[in-house]
Amino acid sequence: MTAIENRVPAAQASDTRNQTGETMTQPLTGERESQSTGGSDAVVVRDVGKIFTTKKGATVTALENIDLTVAAGEFVSLIGPSGCGKSTLMRLIADLDTPTSGTLTVFGKTAKQARLDQEYGIAFQQAGLLPWRTVRANIELPLELHGFSKAARTARSRELLLLVGLGDFADNYPDQLSGGMQQRVAIARSLAESPNLLLMDEPFGALDEMTREHMQAELAHICAETQAAVVFVTHSIPEAVFLADRVVVMSPRPGRIQAVVDVKLGAGERTDDLREDDQFFASVSEVREHLHGTHATGVRGVENR
Amino acid sequence: MTQGQTPTTQLMAVLPGDDPTTASRARPSSGGTGNLRRVILGALGVVGIAVFWELYKFLGPEKGWAIGTTIILPRTNDMSMPHVWTMFERLFQPLTGAANSKMMWEAVVDASAFSLYVAAVGWIIGVSVGFLLAVLMQRFRTAQSAVLPWVILSQTVPLIAIAPLVRRWGSQIEFGSFVWENWMSVALIASYLAFFPVSIGALQGLNSPETAHVELFRSYGVGWWKTLIRLRIPASIPYLIPALKLAAANAVIGTIVAEVSIGLKGGIGRTVIEFAGAAGGDPGKPWAPIFGAIAIGLIAAGIVSVFALFLRRFMRQETNS
Repeated sequence: MTAIENRVPAAQASDTRNQTGETMTQPLTGERESQSTGGSDAVVVRDVGKIFTTKKGATVTALENIDLTVAAGEFVSLIGPSGCGKSTLMRLIADLDTPTSGTLTVFGKTAKQARLDQEYGIAFQQAGLLPWRTVRANIELPLELHGFSKAARTARSRELLLLVGLGDFADNYPDQLSGGMQQRVAIARSLAESPNLLLMDEPFGALDEMTREHMQAELAHICAETQAAVVFVTHSIPEAVFLADRVVVMSPRPGRIQAVVDVKLGAGERTDDLREDDQFFASVSEVREHLHGTHATGVRGVENR
Repeated sequence: MTQGQTPTTQLMAVLPGDDPTTASRARPSSGGTGNLRRVILGALGVVGIAVFWELYKFLGPEKGWAIGTTIILPRTNDMSMPHVWTMFERLFQPLTGAANSKMMWEAVVDASAFSLYVAAVGWIIGVSVGFLLAVLMQRFRTAQSAVLPWVILSQTVPLIAIAPLVRRWGSQIEFGSFVWENWMSVALIASYLAFFPVSIGALQGLNSPETAHVELFRSYGVGWWKTLIRLRIPASIPYLIPALKLAAANAVIGTIVAEVSIGLKGGIGRTVIEFAGAAGGDPGKPWAPIFGAIAIGLIAAGIVSVFALFLRRFMRQETNS
């Protein structure tokens, strides 16, 4: 049961980090490694801001004063209404955009260096498969681009195809697959180089509810197996709670972190049974209250009662 | 392939919404019946034109019909409108009255082959230049601003105007044993027409990948060159194939027109002009090289289509079922 073993250290890491959180506010430079817990962090975001300038010169503050640490092996969900900057934050970590202010490190490196060193795998809302490549060739794409041998690519893609349950579809083309299957290929592709960090921007956003819940269970299983840290952007509260160790609730205009909810769903692997768990409902309520600003009054989701 | 049933595969094997049969059903079958239908319809179109020709020749006024000096309906006598079968019969008669004369069809085939060769050289040059221009314009935005207007402007210059210029410049080229020949001028002019659709189509194709795909490649930390080879060029194929067909048609037209303007002997363009003079006494003769010209166009387009068959997988589009 590797699943249990790797959930526990992650939880401990996040606990110790929370205790020493104040000491981390100093500017982060090269001395990170000397800190007791810093060396194991996957992502460290310190006082990051992002301002977009439109063509007409107007500025939009997408993110302001963002502080966030994701420990190695930790699953963090970013949730919030549209325009709260959750995707922007993920794109900053991926070095697809650069922050206007503040510092951001991934495994102790700059975001750019981490990208060039392939420290993370990424999956978007659209599967984004190359339509002219078979499922296998799509999964092997990053390996091919980085000069892995044919034998190594074949071995790795076979492993991943089995992991995402698409062993029989290796030679199919993406347009022959359903949306859920395409998204699984995209996830397999993001895992191709065994990254220690997965960045996912609403990867299940385009799927129907049934497929979505199955994919969530699969992802939980895959994460338990690969021990990768995950930054998962979503706008679904149950999805965020079901998957994450911590849920980061963000608020819009400007994008800020409103609250961080620790999800205590036990150390075991997350299976569909947890969706009936009292703790699950409690966490869902907590996230919802933070999302609605103050303690929500009046009408609330019926399913928590 | 080994079906290693790990717990993972079992877990993921049975999921709703992932029924492989629905996925495979989503692809429309384009079987042989569709192709046969297209061939028959195409042949019917040609027959239809011939029937219309003969019908008008049968029904129309012998001397045509004119209002004042403006001819509204053409004359239908055998000199002006030979029968369709006269045109074909003429193909299988000797070219001239001389004893050792070639058959008409042989002369047409020879001239067509020569023109097709020149057009092919022009096509290859045009496609290469057009594609390189597109890559340049994709790479550098400033290049696009600087080059694109000229690319479009280039096509407004009348071919007849540049043909003699190209010939004169070419005749001054001479280094070592290399001598610029007239057919090279014709090929160059053909390429001048052929490059245009390729540069426009390829530019559009190279810029066609979605942001998500471009960002994916960025996340892989690979540079412009690998992104070009692995993403942009494959993505440009659906735009490129129609452009290549247009380029083939343009190269053929450019070759025929340039042959005439430059006065290159041996090609189908010159033959069309020469034989047109014979219309008075030999009404079937001018049609023979016209059929040759049509055949070149069809062969050129056909070659590109066969070439496209090998690129079929790049025509696939990502769709969410």
